[in-house]
Amino acid sequence: MSDDRTLLNELLEKQKAGGLKPSDRYAIPPQPMPAQEASERRSNISEVAQGYTETQARLEAMRCLQCKTAPCMEGCPVRIRIKDFVTAIAEGQYGEALAIIKENSLLPAVCGRVCPQEVQCQEKCTVGKKFKDVDKAVAIGRLERFAADRAGAAPAVPQVAAPTGKKVAIIGSGPGSIVAAADTRRAGHEVTVFEAFHKPGGVMVYGIPEFRLPKAIVQQEIDVLKQMGVEIVCNFVVGRTRTVDQLMKDDGFDAVYVGVGAGLPSFMNIPGEHLIGVYSANEYLTRANLMKAYNFGKGADTPIAVSKRVAVLGGGNVAMDAARTALRLGAEKVYLVYRRSEKEMPARLEEVHHAKEEGVDFRILQNPKRILGNGDGNVAGMECLKYELGEPDSSGRRRPVPIEGSEFTLDVDTVIVAIGNGANPLIGQTTPGLELNKWGNIVVDEKCKTSLEGVYAGGDIVLGAATVILAMGQGRTAAAAINEYLASKA
Amino acid sequence: MSHRIVSKKQLSEHVFTMEVEAPLVAQARRPGQFVIVGVSDDYGERIPLTIAGADTAKGTIRLIWQRVGKSTSEMADLKIGETLGYVAGPLGKPTHIENFGTVVCIGGGIGNAPLLPIARGMKEAGNTVISILGARTKELVILEDEFAAFSDELIVVTDDGSHGRKALVTEPLAEICGRDPKPALAVAIGPAIMMKFCCETTRKFAVPTQVSLNTIMVDGTGMCGGCRVEVGGQTKFVCVDGPEFDGHEVNFDIMMKRLSAYRNLEQKAHEAYKQHRCRIGLND
Repeated sequence: MSDDRTLLNELLEKQKAGGLKPSDRYAIPPQPMPAQEASERRSNISEVAQGYTETQARLEAMRCLQCKTAPCMEGCPVRIRIKDFVTAIAEGQYGEALAIIKENSLLPAVCGRVCPQEVQCQEKCTVGKKFKDVDKAVAIGRLERFAADRAGAAPAVPQVAAPTGKKVAIIGSGPGSIVAAADTRRAGHEVTVFEAFHKPGGVMVYGIPEFRLPKAIVQQEIDVLKQMGVEIVCNFVVGRTRTVDQLMKDDGFDAVYVGVGAGLPSFMNIPGEHLIGVYSANEYLTRANLMKAYNFGKGADTPIAVSKRVAVLGGGNVAMDAARTALRLGAEKVYLVYRRSEKEMPARLEEVHHAKEEGVDFRILQNPKRILGNGDGNVAGMECLKYELGEPDSSGRRRPVPIEGSEFTLDVDTVIVAIGNGANPLIGQTTPGLELNKWGNIVVDEKCKTSLEGVYAGGDIVLGAATVILAMGQGRTAAAAINEYLASKA
Repeated sequence: MSHRIVSKKQLSEHVFTMEVEAPLVAQARRPGQFVIVGVSDDYGERIPLTIAGADTAKGTIRLIWQRVGKSTSEMADLKIGETLGYVAGPLGKPTHIENFGTVVCIGGGIGNAPLLPIARGMKEAGNTVISILGARTKELVILEDEFAAFSDELIVVTDDGSHGRKALVTEPLAEICGRDPKPALAVAIGPAIMMKFCCETTRKFAVPTQVSLNTIMVDGTGMCGGCRVEVGGQTKFVCVDGPEFDGHEVNFDIMMKRLSAYRNLEQKAHEAYKQHRCRIGLND
């Protein structure tokens, strides 16, 4: 019997005999996430983190103190009853655990993998506080993933209420839209999801790489929607194929949820960004993920640069995804260039950690000044400046200040710009009366209602750049408001 | 939705046309817009193609494309009755059409296809339309009859003089721009190099010139940024800001370089496809 198994049995005995004391729980070692070896995984696209074993999951769940105040729940944007599902796992009631999660989150297999738990639920965890280390908090995200994965290949199909005769259009098919579609469908409305790409799933299929979120998981969630009777129409560009107005006036939709996600990628506005080999992270990841460019010539037809030395600009999760994708596409050297210090990086700790393990070379407090080209218009290098941290800026983070005369050149043939996105202009440009802010994002109230009657919005098109869970939260809020609105219209 | 091919024709050695079912696109499209086509639903390339026309009654759009790589060869190998994996669109901003007076429309090679609905639209809006169609050689001049049907004046030029005048399109263009009154607008669509020289020609006469850019693209909806061009010193996205721009402001040199980004990879894929096609006996 393994040590883990022995420990679990001892704890179960103790529990039976009279319960676990906090000291018993503190004594349980935090369970590490089994993962592919860094040297191996950097040349494949399979998932890096492989998920807890049953024994690990139960041990990790037993670390939870069952705080009466449940501070973890405060940290969760969709307020999952965390301690209850964790208890269910500790007791071996995995189906029950999943059912509890699903009361609030429709996509546990996704969120368990991609939520930034260390700044949400796990940041508030008493166990982590006790050890003064958020890494030692109860691994709520890993437990969520465990519960979802245990449920197997066929997630339960939610009940759908009797038909209301009302029609809802969901624009986009990312996480917010999936939740909005499910919740409005559950209320009995006829729901159609319109996706511009040829595959549904939004950022979960074009952006987040396979090694972090297997596409099969996203497909499962899409299949659940279909089984609920949601119609999914791909290759339909709202604003162009039909406008929001046409959907509502001519096609009989009573309400619309706009969840079109991120739009135009930002560039640095430095010389050389038009050179061949300069990508936005959106383009690089879309080619690699959605179009499977890593299989170019072997079943996939979309090419991607064959890079030896790559610089990724930015410090968020998308930058990490791009850097790690470049390694998997065969780059010998990948730099991650970020103008602030590592402490200011918006990426999840786990992603930073994984990227470093895989050999991404972090160049912090550096920033490009211009991208250098060869005579053929290809990237031949990047001239950078070194930075130091000055006074805090409007974001509260210390402002990076360039050090004069610190220029140096990085020898790279590819540059991937991962510094964020603007708003997609299509819906804004083609929907008269829809209020936008100065950045082009759709303005909504606390119920995710826009300035137009019957039109709701959420996710990146509202928030600028957000996370899967925040988009889901807005999808849920909007769906509740849509259900309420349609009920009042009856 | 299935996109059945209802007609297909070869216009020249490497240029093909098809009418394909896409009723929503047929209904929504305006001159100047394009679609993204996928031959297969799965891991095929997303191919941006301008819409050469539409029949709303039949629910079809007309595509004209040149066989240059694997994906466009696959399209060329499809038969009437077969289907395309998907057709997304219409994309891009429609051409601004109004009665300007006299409009000179310059098409180069395959560029005649996107130019056709724009030139016809200009005519329908009341303009005097002068069309200049150019190609390397006679065989490559496409859609001449269709332009002839509505153009007030039609000039055909070939590089080798095998049809029409032996000249580049810029030669008659300069003559027309030199007339009094000069044309109110020029619309030039064709290879980047042709559009560049058309713009240099019209600039001398201060004739405003629209061009339609066909850059590398992935999503076509303003997400990837692969189609970016420099217009008036600013970065613009062809898929959502274009495809038409003020030609006098476009940096064609950058655009031409970016168009060559995947040439080597594409050639390899195309060679592999041609060999595969030989083995399975598709060659006619």
